[in-house]
Amino acid sequence: MKLAQVAGTVVSPIAHDFYDGQRLLLCDLIDPDGTAKGYLIAVDVVNAGVGERVLICDEGTSARQIYGISTGPVRSVIVGIVDEVSEID
Amino acid sequence: MHLGRVIGTVVATMRSPGLDGIKFLVVQPLDKHENDSGQAVVAADAVAMAGPGELVYFVASREAAEAMPERWVPVDHAIVGLVHEVTLASPGGER
Repeated sequence: MKLAQVAGTVVSPIAHDFYDGQRLLLCDLIDPDGTAKGYLIAVDVVNAGVGERVLICDEGTSARQIYGISTGPVRSVIVGIVDEVSEID
Repeated sequence: MHLGRVIGTVVATMRSPGLDGIKFLVVQPLDKHENDSGQAVVAADAVAMAGPGELVYFVASREAAEAMPERWVPVDHAIVGLVHEVTLASPGGER
């Protein structure tokens, strides 16, 4: 999974059937220290808010398992809200 | 998924089986501020409504084929939605 910080929202009224009614968030991928490196657009199943640090599962089969489906063009899903990350020296 | 801008269309008469009827568009990947980022790709249009100049989001790899009506097709990028609006918390922030 990837660490990320929610940077904003994406509004998409016309989309593939799977994405109908899904909440899309634009997330900065971050290092544990908070440095941003690229971004991902992910669907949100945990009601994350803008500015929150989150866990993104970026793998298709796992993503489809979350939704209980065997087919569907989904890969990046926000699966957790991060309370704390500590680095071991 | 990433943001992209449709910058062209592709006409290909000879196609692999399974690709019939699929519209191919040239998509320029964008960063979150909608600036060009990386090399353009050819993506299948899974919403069948994307046109030149449109801001879209697309999936890559196996999930691209999942977006098509027929699942086992040789497609590695697919447009799965048109973007109406991107709202960033800090619009001028880092990439």
